[in-house]
Amino acid sequence: MTIVLDPTGEQIPAERALRQRPASIEGRTIGLLDISKPRGNIFLDRLQQRLEAAGARVERFKKPTFTKPAPVDLRHEIATKCDLVIEALAD
Amino acid sequence: MALPEGIVAVVKAECATCVLVTPVLRQLRQAGVPLTVYTQDDPGFPEGLDPIHDEDLSVSYHHEIETVPTLMHIVDGEEVDRTIGWLRPAWESLTGIEGLGPDLPEQRPGCGSLSVDPDLVDELRVRFGASVLRSRRVEIAALEDEVEALFDRGWTDGLPVVAPTEARVLRMLTGTPRPPDDVVAVVPPDLVECTVEKVAVNAVMAGAKPEYLPVILAALEAACTDEFNMHGVLATTMPVGPVMIVNGPIRKAIGMNSGGNVLGQGNRANLTIGRALQLIIRNVGGGKPGGVDRAAHGNPGKLSFCFAEDEESSPWESLAVERGFDPDVSTVTLFPGEGPRCVVDQLAREPEPLCRTFAACLRTVQHPKLPLGFDAILVIGPEHARVFKEAGWSKQRVKDEIMSNLELSGTDIVRGAGGMAEGIPEHLKDVTLPKFRPGGLLIVHAGGGAGLFSAIIGGWANGETGSQPTTRLIR
Repeated sequence: MTIVLDPTGEQIPAERALRQRPASIEGRTIGLLDISKPRGNIFLDRLQQRLEAAGARVERFKKPTFTKPAPVDLRHEIATKCDLVIEALAD
Repeated sequence: MALPEGIVAVVKAECATCVLVTPVLRQLRQAGVPLTVYTQDDPGFPEGLDPIHDEDLSVSYHHEIETVPTLMHIVDGEEVDRTIGWLRPAWESLTGIEGLGPDLPEQRPGCGSLSVDPDLVDELRVRFGASVLRSRRVEIAALEDEVEALFDRGWTDGLPVVAPTEARVLRMLTGTPRPPDDVVAVVPPDLVECTVEKVAVNAVMAGAKPEYLPVILAALEAACTDEFNMHGVLATTMPVGPVMIVNGPIRKAIGMNSGGNVLGQGNRANLTIGRALQLIIRNVGGGKPGGVDRAAHGNPGKLSFCFAEDEESSPWESLAVERGFDPDVSTVTLFPGEGPRCVVDQLAREPEPLCRTFAACLRTVQHPKLPLGFDAILVIGPEHARVFKEAGWSKQRVKDEIMSNLELSGTDIVRGAGGMAEGIPEHLKDVTLPKFRPGGLLIVHAGGGAGLFSAIIGGWANGETGSQPTTRLIR
């Protein structure tokens, strides 16, 4: 770990601000990313049912392995196709 | 951290002079002198003198021990005397004991203290000095690429930056006697108070060395004045940025380039000083392209545009002297400039024709039909300057001659004249106007020794509402 000194005027937090939450998910495309942990798919199946019941469209994605970050192409595909993303971790 | 009363010696076993003076230290102990010995390396050295191991070198660091052996006299917690190495009269005078080390030579120089060892000093500065740094600490995770992490946080100008670690920032701060919390300037566009520390952080990121820091501090002071108007220079849609010209002895001391490729790449001081100012405006001031920086095109010099005047082979007084400074002091002059362009006159042998060449090229600054609104720097190369030197012309005479060729007739530059819409308003068509306002043409001597060329750096809106060339002393 490297510690660096903030070079800015420190007027804004160093952490990235969260995007504003959508008022409604109706009609939105929501991506569900299975990170390939066992039983994560079962959790996501249930989430998909509930999201679709609430009027959202659902796209499913899966990381090749939970031990590594999602490949660039997959991240790009998710960003292109979805308005919102839910990432599931199950253990 | 007070030292014990009496005589205090700081030694290390690795030093031959420290070994040499061991009998003298024993002699002092036997004479009943209150003696405390600190050892930097071997905890048992010198044997029989109950040394205290300065294992973390805190005693050596805080008491600024640069040489071992160092002998100090402590009275009421204050150091009243100090001698370094072995010098019999000095040791006798400090301890008040005569006849010290009768078998020893008269004197021997000491060795470097471990606390100033180049391999250790950065770590010691962080250990003992980092608490003076006020900037927020930002952790870069072990799995993050350091360079990429700094890009991701938006702290770079499009090129990689050096990670501003505590050790590097503390090393940078050795370049100035000013305390880290000193406010240097209020930086536009966000009008943030910028401390010496924040300057140092950005100077590290730019790749600068500590000895460049005084130039960067002076340049920032100049930039953040009402007269230079950095906010305007940044916010304009025109392609200008701060151009820095350094004068005086510091040019050579820090190895700046004033010769071949003077306005180009390759010299660390030139490039990183200019870049440091740009990064400060970006990071501290919050001025970024697409934000307050509204340039339509910009120019590559907005990354960094800093150079030194060649004073040594110049036939004239320097820019700084012309602007009222002593030739023995160092200064930086800021000018709101666009990218440079070349003036070719390879047939120049006489001063008058060369001035006409300069005038013809200078006339086109921003637009050949726009007078008075923009200043310019003419960077005269050595081969062109030689023409004036051989003719015995002063710098002022060169300027006067150029300006005599830049009296623009209203009928030539009125709107619509020459089939061009741009120009002066109709009601001025009967007057003659100079291309540059008084003092609006600056001359600097710089460049490589071969080539009958000079360079023009066009300016931005001048005067009270624009930007004035601004010079500051480098301390």
